[in-house]
Amino acid sequence: MAGNAGRHVVRERSAMRTAISGLEVRSAASLGEALAILRDDERTPIAGATDLYVALNFGTLKPRQFLDIWSVSELRDISMKGTTLVIGALATYTSLIRSTLVGTHVPMLVEASRQVGGAQIQNRGTLGGNVANASPAGDSLPVLAAVDAVVVLRSADSERRIPITKFYTGYRATVMRPNELIVAIEIPPVEGKQWFRKVGTRAAQAISKIVVAGVRARTPRIAFGSVAPTVVRAPETESALAEGATIDEAALVLSREIAPIDDLRSTAEYRTRVATNLLRRFWIETG
Amino acid sequence: MKFVLNGAGTEVKSHPMSRLLDVLREECGLTGTKEGCGEGECGACTVLVDGEPVCSCLIPVAQVEGTEVVTIEGLGDRHPLQILFMNEVGAQCGICTPGMIMAALALGPSPTLDDVKTALAGNLCRCTGYSAIYRAILKWREMPDVTSSASAAR
Repeated sequence: MAGNAGRHVVRERSAMRTAISGLEVRSAASLGEALAILRDDERTPIAGATDLYVALNFGTLKPRQFLDIWSVSELRDISMKGTTLVIGALATYTSLIRSTLVGTHVPMLVEASRQVGGAQIQNRGTLGGNVANASPAGDSLPVLAAVDAVVVLRSADSERRIPITKFYTGYRATVMRPNELIVAIEIPPVEGKQWFRKVGTRAAQAISKIVVAGVRARTPRIAFGSVAPTVVRAPETESALAEGATIDEAALVLSREIAPIDDLRSTAEYRTRVATNLLRRFWIETG
Repeated sequence: MKFVLNGAGTEVKSHPMSRLLDVLREECGLTGTKEGCGEGECGACTVLVDGEPVCSCLIPVAQVEGTEVVTIEGLGDRHPLQILFMNEVGAQCGICTPGMIMAALALGPSPTLDDVKTALAGNLCRCTGYSAIYRAILKWREMPDVTSSASAAR
């Protein structure tokens, strides 16, 4: 779907490209039409398709029936509702980068968007897609977790608001029901300095080895990507810092709090070391 | 599906989930657009959809219905950027070249070297070492007759 993240995880050397003839797609022109289709029929929504085709090309995608929502223009808006920033699910990384509202309220989301793939991916990948795709390496997800974003889910007959920190239930698993679409991401006002850093093999086009987003508020909020099966906050580290722990003490808490794994992009040891280094840098640069 | 391809209305009969890349190459016979990695990492398949560079290997053709698509063929064969790529030796094996040129077309006026690098961050070249490519693009943007990327692409 969107996000340029986690794609090598699903790659199997022996897999064959999926035959396109076995796929079926319906396109929705409006949100109402999309939700009506999902009410009657189980389909995998597709937006920018940037992660979808990676899985199709490597023959590792299971769904065969799709709902194309790329043309649902009502999901592209970025606006304020009171003091809350509301980002339509189909806002692309390019539109986040260009948005003055996002730049004013959540500058680290602009920073994260700039680091997703290259311009070609930023032009198609969407914020809702990055959330729905549920990769532990999704670049925007630590930002959303650190600012306590809310995922707005809608079905034909109801709407739910789920805090991003409760949205993921496990590796690539979410609370979404098959008849629901992500319609928006809501971001409450963010107080305190924002800080984002992605560590990958190179500056552009890299899937992250580790991603960090932090907000330096009275109780600091810190979220990590690629250190667990889902994006995670570091509540024990946050409390330690809020209660006046030194950065050395907080780094120790963090190294016990996260449990990254070895995989093809990095090792657990490297990730833990870099996570604590990034925590220190966050603290120094926002102090 | 109907869309405008290199300035002319066109209709294709491929499966709606076919990759735009395959439709361009196989149904439309425009083989200038190359497949590199097939996963959005290399940019060799870059084309413009409504003026924005995208990876044609990651787009179902259903999503270009009603849009304007420009491929390397849409530039003809005497576009100043093509000539500069040759003169500056910005092309060696040539696989990345059409994608590099299409990505460069989206650059704004008076780009810095950093702007060029950012615009081409999604395009990989394994031959040239990039300097010659950046030089070609900067020289193109310095040319007096370049007014907008949109007019250059059409």
